[in-house]
Amino acid sequence: MAAVFKIESHNHPSFIEPYQGAATGVGGILRDVFTMGARPVMNLNALRFGAPEHPKTRHLVAGVVAGIGGYGNCVGIPTVAGEVNFHAAYNGNILVNAMTVGVAPADRIFYAKAVGTGNPEVYVGSKTGRDGIHGATMASAEFGDDSEEKRPTVQVGDPFTEKLLIEACLELMATDTIVAIQDMGAAGLTSSSFEMASKGGMGVELDLDRVPMREEGMTPYEIMLSESQERMLIVLKPGVEDIAQAIFEKWDLDFAVIGQLTDTGRMVLRLHGEAVADLPIDPLAEAAPEYDRPWEATPSPAAIEDYGAESAGPPCETLLRLLGMPDLASRRWVWEQYDHMVMADTVVRPGGDAGVVRLHGSERALAATTDCTPRYCLADPRMGGMQAVAESWRNLTAVGARPLAVTNNMNFGNPEKPEIMGQFVGCIEGMREACLILGYPVVSGNVSLYNETDGRAILPTPVIGGIGLIDDVSRVAHIGFADDDEAIVLIGETRGHLGQSIYLREVAGREEGKPPPVDLAIEKRNGDFVRALIQDGAASACHDISDGGFLVAVAEMALAGHRGCEIELPPEQEPLDAWLFGEDQARYLVTTAALSSVLGAAAKAGVPANVVGRTGGNALKLSSGQSISLAKLRAAHEGWLPRYMATPAKSPEGQAAD
Amino acid sequence: MQAGVVVFPGSNCDRDVAVALEQSMGRPPVMIWHKHGDFEPVDLIVLPGGFSYGDYLRCGAMAAHASAMKEVARRAEKGVPVLGICNGFQILTETGLLPGALMRNAELKFVCRDVALRVENTQTLFTSRYSAEQVIRIPVAHHDGCYFADRNTHARLEGDGQVAFRYVDDGGMPTESANPNGSLANIAGVFNAEKTVLGLMPHPERLADPAVGGEDGRPLFDGLVEALAR
Repeated sequence: MAAVFKIESHNHPSFIEPYQGAATGVGGILRDVFTMGARPVMNLNALRFGAPEHPKTRHLVAGVVAGIGGYGNCVGIPTVAGEVNFHAAYNGNILVNAMTVGVAPADRIFYAKAVGTGNPEVYVGSKTGRDGIHGATMASAEFGDDSEEKRPTVQVGDPFTEKLLIEACLELMATDTIVAIQDMGAAGLTSSSFEMASKGGMGVELDLDRVPMREEGMTPYEIMLSESQERMLIVLKPGVEDIAQAIFEKWDLDFAVIGQLTDTGRMVLRLHGEAVADLPIDPLAEAAPEYDRPWEATPSPAAIEDYGAESAGPPCETLLRLLGMPDLASRRWVWEQYDHMVMADTVVRPGGDAGVVRLHGSERALAATTDCTPRYCLADPRMGGMQAVAESWRNLTAVGARPLAVTNNMNFGNPEKPEIMGQFVGCIEGMREACLILGYPVVSGNVSLYNETDGRAILPTPVIGGIGLIDDVSRVAHIGFADDDEAIVLIGETRGHLGQSIYLREVAGREEGKPPPVDLAIEKRNGDFVRALIQDGAASACHDISDGGFLVAVAEMALAGHRGCEIELPPEQEPLDAWLFGEDQARYLVTTAALSSVLGAAAKAGVPANVVGRTGGNALKLSSGQSISLAKLRAAHEGWLPRYMATPAKSPEGQAAD
Repeated sequence: MQAGVVVFPGSNCDRDVAVALEQSMGRPPVMIWHKHGDFEPVDLIVLPGGFSYGDYLRCGAMAAHASAMKEVARRAEKGVPVLGICNGFQILTETGLLPGALMRNAELKFVCRDVALRVENTQTLFTSRYSAEQVIRIPVAHHDGCYFADRNTHARLEGDGQVAFRYVDDGGMPTESANPNGSLANIAGVFNAEKTVLGLMPHPERLADPAVGGEDGRPLFDGLVEALAR
């Protein structure tokens, strides 16, 4: 069995037309996965929006979430995990990254390498229209004042047809008829036909009159560049056209032999019997020039000396404030719009560290997560890239999975600016180091550049999509406290690193300092220890510590498990807030009923493990005597996003918009 | 006993319900392609969740005219039990096999979450394994699940024990906040007058296995098998 997975951006289309932009992003990534012969088993996404107070943000959140749901729900693939964040740097350029994970028999993977002179090229799926022409060039340009005028370049999705296409393609793949197959994504028939031919060193003759069209009078240029959705290009073995045609007719999809492979290395297009183009293939595909752009390393930021912690107030009040702020509030409003249970194999639903889907009919399961902390990447691209990989690895570990591999979505500004190119280079360096040491290979990816509006770039956002394997689905860890009177154990070392933390930004209003250092050897040691605890059944719940630090993680576990806890504060920690809200890496919280064996194993493994409290009650209590009820924390945590989305947007003049 | 699951091109819970049926029956159900108007005799017909023909028009409106559905209606007339889940429920109201209609959710959004349901009538083929007024937890996942019926129809449903399930809070009360979609009187599922046809928006097949977090849906399938075993 092989896992087939990839993440891809649909940033610019989603900013212009959020519903269709996001929906077709999901459709596109699904096709990339099933075109390899894999049945999709889960979807994920990573979304970045502008500041909540920006007048367009609500409209974009509502449209993108509805679009992702509208497409994935209809196709019937559960959307089980993702991330949603807000920052003013995305005001004019949101990020919509969609990921699909599929499974295929390891010896039945399909590729896009066209070979065999005379083999027929077959077009299947939806008809071709004039939608989405120049979609790819729009998506790769900077935005300016005219972005609204680009709406016609956004494609329109039809998830029902996609569902038919998945079933028909998988049915065809079970017969021995396919030489090569690729979806028609960006630049439509042009890119699919050129890329497939180039990979096999072939030429192609296409008869454009035979392309199924939904409009009359389309020019060759329009036919070749249409980005109409839900279409595939297939090279068949000779003489099997009837078998293939019967399958697509069963599913009521168009099927047309539109050309054949040649040995000329040239693309010849004919319309009404006349040759309308005759071009060499390689210069447009495999032999395209590579860029080597100048870049400047990002200067190292100064460390923060004074944290401003004296202004924060009592820890419980700070916790309440953090849990109800945009970047830490519950995303329930989002993921309840995604069908996360269709296929009836979802073991860990959204809201945990990673989504987990059982491999159908087996005891094994796949875990998946998307992660990136762009504020770390902006401050120190190398450390940020490393941290994104480490956090992904940690999130998989926290559900008990063995991390397998990653895909990545590199979202950056204009690479012609040396400082942006420097961010790109730095993030890749950090990612590379982390993947090497964690044994976590990169198997696919997507690059989205020119994410700028009027010259302002987004935060560097290299999103990591990671997958892991769970051998025994009954040994999955959830984030919620599972029982009363269990010990809460903090794994890893706490130094109180507040640079670039959520705390520093929200409490002190400062986006400053160095990001928390990542030590990959410690990361691996601590994670391997935690995973073994889960696999041995010693951990009843587990959560990694990331945004917001220790106390936020404790509160998330309490809210998810509907039970409180008493937390023992360490003596002589100054400032206490740094210990409670610092974002030191390589840390987890586990609960256990078998404390002595956990501590014994930790000592043996040389892993820092300290009892920090016990579960029980209906409040989060600190040993200092302070306490806050779960009801109050829940109201803040669950309340923000629904309340925000229900509030009318303010127009720039301060008037309520309709 | 043998069950048949009607598969529309946009069905996406057909496999899920087949798995739940097989778990209770001990053998897989027959899968009935929507274009087949003449399928083998079965003891139970199931219309699964999904988007039948895309449902860009009113949900289930096109499916109501499928060849297989004409045969389902004929068999239902003869008393063959029919279970419609989610899109299957929408199709049953569109064909007139069940009263009422399913409209867009009151909040106008798709909603996927576990809901608490109170079993309103346990004297049926479908619900005999539940106890009276038992509160069960299974998920909903739909965009158009707001049940509506006119005043007379509603009175008849209530009076004749045709309300199968109601959305309730943890205490078993049909409160407004427990209603995920604005359904009339918190109605989550209804029977026909003979109690041989059941339609419900929640998905019992999705929580019929402890490995995925619950099995409150399983007694519905176990009960059907017990009642229909020959």
